[in-house]
Amino acid sequence: MTAPHHREVDPVTGHDTTGHDWNGIRELNTPFPRLVIWALVLAFLYSVIAWVLLPAWPTGRDYTRGLLGLDQRAEAAEGFRALSGRRQDWLSRFGGADFAALTADKALMATAMPAAARLYADNCAACHGTRGQGGPGFPVLSDGTWLWSGDPDEIATTIRHGINADDPDTRYAEMPAFDWIERPDRIALSRFVADLPGGAADFETPAGGLFTENCATCHGDTGAGGLSVGAPSLTDTATLYGQDPETVMETLRHGRAGLMPAWSGRLSGAEINLLALYVTQLGQGSGGRP
Amino acid sequence: MLKLHYNLEKISMGLVAAIIVAASIGGLVEIAPLFTLDETVELPGDLRPNTPLELAGREIYMREGCYACHSQMVRSLADELDRYGPYSLASESAYDHPMLWGSKRTGPDLARLGGKYSDDWHVAHLIDPRSVVPASIMPSYPWLTRPLDTALLPDALATLARLGVPYDKEMIAAAEADALAQSRPGTEAADGFQARYGARPAVQAFDGDPSRLTELDALIAYLQSLGTLTDAPYRALAEGAP
Repeated sequence: MTAPHHREVDPVTGHDTTGHDWNGIRELNTPFPRLVIWALVLAFLYSVIAWVLLPAWPTGRDYTRGLLGLDQRAEAAEGFRALSGRRQDWLSRFGGADFAALTADKALMATAMPAAARLYADNCAACHGTRGQGGPGFPVLSDGTWLWSGDPDEIATTIRHGINADDPDTRYAEMPAFDWIERPDRIALSRFVADLPGGAADFETPAGGLFTENCATCHGDTGAGGLSVGAPSLTDTATLYGQDPETVMETLRHGRAGLMPAWSGRLSGAEINLLALYVTQLGQGSGGRP
Repeated sequence: MLKLHYNLEKISMGLVAAIIVAASIGGLVEIAPLFTLDETVELPGDLRPNTPLELAGREIYMREGCYACHSQMVRSLADELDRYGPYSLASESAYDHPMLWGSKRTGPDLARLGGKYSDDWHVAHLIDPRSVVPASIMPSYPWLTRPLDTALLPDALATLARLGVPYDKEMIAAAEADALAQSRPGTEAADGFQARYGARPAVQAFDGDPSRLTELDALIAYLQSLGTLTDAPYRALAEGAP
């Protein structure tokens, strides 16, 4: 064994060895890279500066605030207000509900509709589809069929208060269950309802009698709806859940009470009016473009 | 300085002692602030604990790994406030053991999800996400229609009560019945549930079928509760910097 402090240089790498010899094996004592040491020193320096400038150390019930006085929450709130403020010069005009005047202002609509498309995608598209195409149980917005009305006013009311929602002014559209009707009668009635759009339904049959007795109050004597009680027309081709006999059986058995949430807590009045206009235009088939 | 380390490396006990000292500094810096947690996190007066059904849903949320793709924390950045609503407060998850803030978003943040969509939508979306969101890459969870196992709920509530969540003895004893009651509006059991938990938790047939208590009921009850346990974040944002 060689002396422990004897300096020995490895001829291949030019580095020192540790000076030890383990049965003929020697270990290099490669020095720590300079670059890493400097990076460490700089990182330490930065952290010391950051301690002084930024919020850093907890002190029991408080913390050191830092010389810059930065507060991420305040900054976020401020940034959010600045962001909303930039929209406000045109968005505030949607605070009033004179939809005809708003639609007539082409320049305003050109600014607003791309923003409306974002709002729609963020909030409405999940149920009503990205282009308003709807789905089973979720109304189509891109056709001309409306349960209440396609007026922006009425659409804004629906968005604001929802349908069957947890809101004192919500719209109600509840179909009760008719499970108390005997099953054979329910089957006949559902076939009758399925035949309504084609005009093949005969009101003089027993099933027609059942319809007049149980359904006509809400859906109208001829099933054409339009009574603004949330009951859809059964004579057109537009459906919400489906109008084949099986689906109608399901509807009769369990009833239907689809829910649209009220958006007044989540969106501002102006945003709701903006969306109402966007949805109106979806309904007119222009895909939200003015 | 470097020579000191060079020499220390040769005294094994000295090196061990130095490692212990260095590691404890790191530990202290991380652990010491936690002792003041009670003073630094203020519980909002209107914070309510999760109901047993929501708690069961939370377990399913963890079991299915929802947190791997969905965060539950709106960060304090202007864009996030614009999209999701007020930034999350620590106090919001004071009763969460463990918290489910998450750190990665493959899907959107869920911290303000409660009440945004209807129960029907959640049912359709969980069973087949593509049926309502065609571009979604979320997996389907069709097995959630199976019956909910509520047997562990009393123990779960009792455990949380020991950790400081305000469940009383009555709530713990009635946990299983309350889970069922929350999905059956208009029943006597639902009245008992509301007597214990107040009028704020929604009582509804979350999966659309009041006759069966399924995992969907629990998970949707939980999702509909997200962000509705307290109004504190909304107040904090309205008042400016808290």
